[in-house]
Amino acid sequence: MRRSRNTVLSVISAGVFLAILYMLNLNRAGNGMLISIMQKSAIFALVAVSMNLLNGFTGLFSLGQAGFMSIGAYTTAILLIPVQSLDGVYYMNGINPGIRALKVFLSALPPWFQSVYPFVALIIGALFAAVIASIVGVAVLRLKSDYLAIATLGLSEIIRALFSSPQLDGITNGSYGLNKIPAFPKMFGGLVPPIITPFIVSAVCITLIVLLIRSSYGRAFMAIREDEIAAEAMGISLFKHKSMSFIISSFFSALAGGMLAMYMRSIEAKTFSITLTYDILLIVVIGGIGSVTGSVLGAFLVTASKEWWLRFFDQPLELFGWDVPLFRTGFRMVIFSILLMMVVLIYRRGLMGTNEFSWDRIFGRFKWKRKKVQGGGS
Amino acid sequence: MNGIVLKTEHLTMQFGGVVAVDDLNIEIPQGHITALIGPNGAGKTTAFNVITGGYMPTNGRVVFHDKVIGENHPRSKMKKIYNGSDRTTFHHQVVNTPDKITRLGMARTFQNIRLFKELSVFENVLIAKHCRIKAGMLSATFRLNHVEERTMREQTQELLKTVGLADLAREKASSLPYGKQRRLEIARALATSPSLLLLDEPAAGMNPKETEELAQFIKDIKDSFNLTVFLIEHHMNLVMDISDKIYVLDYGKTIAMGTPKEVQNDPAVIRAYLGVEDE
Ligand SMILES: Nc1ncnc2c1ncn2[C@@H]1O[C@H](COP(=O)(O)OP(=O)(O)OP(=O)(O)O)[C@@H](O)[C@H]1O
Ligand SMILES: [Mg+2]
Repeated sequence: MRRSRNTVLSVISAGVFLAILYMLNLNRAGNGMLISIMQKSAIFALVAVSMNLLNGFTGLFSLGQAGFMSIGAYTTAILLIPVQSLDGVYYMNGINPGIRALKVFLSALPPWFQSVYPFVALIIGALFAAVIASIVGVAVLRLKSDYLAIATLGLSEIIRALFSSPQLDGITNGSYGLNKIPAFPKMFGGLVPPIITPFIVSAVCITLIVLLIRSSYGRAFMAIREDEIAAEAMGISLFKHKSMSFIISSFFSALAGGMLAMYMRSIEAKTFSITLTYDILLIVVIGGIGSVTGSVLGAFLVTASKEWWLRFFDQPLELFGWDVPLFRTGFRMVIFSILLMMVVLIYRRGLMGTNEFSWDRIFGRFKWKRKKVQGGGS
Repeated sequence: MNGIVLKTEHLTMQFGGVVAVDDLNIEIPQGHITALIGPNGAGKTTAFNVITGGYMPTNGRVVFHDKVIGENHPRSKMKKIYNGSDRTTFHHQVVNTPDKITRLGMARTFQNIRLFKELSVFENVLIAKHCRIKAGMLSATFRLNHVEERTMREQTQELLKTVGLADLAREKASSLPYGKQRRLEIARALATSPSLLLLDEPAAGMNPKETEELAQFIKDIKDSFNLTVFLIEHHMNLVMDISDKIYVLDYGKTIAMGTPKEVQNDPAVIRAYLGVEDE
C-alpha cells in the first residue's frame, strides 16, 4: 500500500512539474530567463548524473566530462547546422566537401526523417563519444584515483585542442566555433513543444542510468567502488565493468553536450574547458557523490543560484544614499563560493549524501516530529 | 569424483630478495579440508594470493581441476635471483585475473575482512552472484532478465538463512559485529558457487566459543555445498579438529605435512612454532 502511495505521489509530482512546464511554454514571452535556466539545469542534471555514475557509483575519479560533452556538441552541431547556413558559418575556411555532400544528401530525405533527425544527431554524437571512450578506456582505466583524474583531464584538454586546431578547420571551424545551430526540436509531432524537449530527453536518459544502477551491473559497479580487490575476488572483471561505466558515462555526457549545443545555439572549443568539468563536479559534490536525486537537485540549485538568485549581488546597491562598495559585477561568484563552502562544511557528504530522495523519508520525518510533539505534551 | 581439485607444482613467489613462498607443492583432494599453517610472515597469505591470481608466480604452476590456471618460469632479473629447483621445468606463462579464477569455481575470503562496507548484508551476497549472470548489460538494464534477477534474490535470501544472517539482511555490512562479518564474508564467497573455498584465518579475533561454532559451520557448509576447503588458520584447536591434512610453512618453505597427528608431533614444526634454536 505504501508502495502504491509512493507511486501515486511520484506520478502526481511529475505531472505537476510537466504542467508547470506547459504553462511556462504558453507564457514563454515573459518567462524567458526562467525557462532558459531550467533548461540548462536539466542538461546539467544529465551530465551530473552521468558523472556520478562514474565517480559516485563506480568510484572512478574521472574529470573528462567536458571533453566528451564537446564531442557530442560538435558532432550534433555539425550534423544539424542547416545546409543553407553552411557558407555563413564556415566563412573563413570553407567546409569539408565530404561533410557538405552528406548534409545535402540528408536534407533531401523525407519529412518523417527530418522530424527525428535532431535526435538521431544527438545519438550519433553520443555513440561517437562512446567509441572514443572505449578506445581511451583501455589505456586510462588501468590508472588509480588521482592518476586517472589527471589522465582524463588531460584527455579532455587534448580533445578541446584538437577541435580548435587549424587542421580541423573544415570540420569544426577551428577557433571560430560553430553557430546557427538549430534550437531544440519538438517531439511527437508537436505534442511536446520545443521548450520542453530537453526535459523529456534528460528525464529519459536519467531514468535509463537509474535502471542500470539498480541492475546487477550497477551493483557490480558499486562493489568496485567499495573494494576493488574484493570485487575482483567475487568474479567481477574490473576492466569490463570499469569500461562499461566509462563508456556509458561518456555516452550520456556527450548526449547532454549535444543538447547544450542546441541550447546555446553556438559553441566554440572554449565552451568545453576545465571550468565546465569543474561546474559539473561541483553539482555532483553539492548533491552528494553517489546520489542520483542529489545530482538532479544540485544541478537545479547550482544553476539557479549562479544565474538567477544571486544576480542581485552583481547590481550596484545603494543603502540610504550609501553606495555599498562590494556590489559589483562578479560579486555574486564570491557569494556563490561562500555558500558552496558552507554547504560543504555543513553537509559534509553533499545535500543527499549517498541517499536517494524517497517519499517514505519525507513522511518518516513528519511522523517522527509528530511523535516528539506528543511526547512533549504528556 | 575423488580427484585432485587443486595442485601446485614448485610454486614460488619472490618479492625482491624475499622468497615469500618457496617451492610449494600441495595437492588438495576433492571433499577434503586442507590447512596451511605457519608462523607470522611464513608466506601463507602470499600462497593464497598466487593461487587466486592476485600475483603472478615467480616460478611454478597452479592446476585447478586439471586446468593450468597460473604458470611462470623465472625470467630476466628473476632468473638470476631465483635459485629454486626445477627452474627449467616450466616453459609457458599462464596468467589469469582473480575474477576469471573465481568464475572457474574458486572463492576466497580475506585475512583482513574486505566486505563492501557501505552496502547491506543482502547486497554483499547478491553482488557475488553477479559473476554467474547470463543477461547482458542492456537486457539487465531493461529488466528483460527479471526472472534471473528474482532467482538471484531468492537464492541470496536462502543463502543468508543457511548461514544464519537472514535477520540482518538489511543491515549495513560494516555495522555487523566482527564474528558476523567473517561469516558474511564466507557467505559472500559461497554465493559465487565455488567448488573450492579458500579461507584466510576465518577464526582470527574470535573467542573460543565462536571458534568452535565456526568449526562446525565450516564442516556444515562443506557438506551442504559439496565443497573442498583450503584454510589458513592460527587457532590450533580448530585446525587439528577439522583438517584432513596440514601443510606447515616457515619462511616460505614447507617444513612438514601430514595428518594433524603427524604434524603435531613433528619436531620441525615444534621448533618453528616455539622458536627453539638448533644447538
Ligand atoms: N606485496 C608484497 N610485496 C613485498 N613483500 C611482500 C608482499 N606480500 C607479502 N610480502 C612478504 O612476504 C612474506 C610473507 O607474507 P604473508 O603475508 O604471506 O605471510 P603470512 O604467512 O600470511 O603471515 P600472517 O600469519 O601474519 O598473515 C612477508 O615477509 C611479507 O613481508
Ligand atoms: Mg596472512
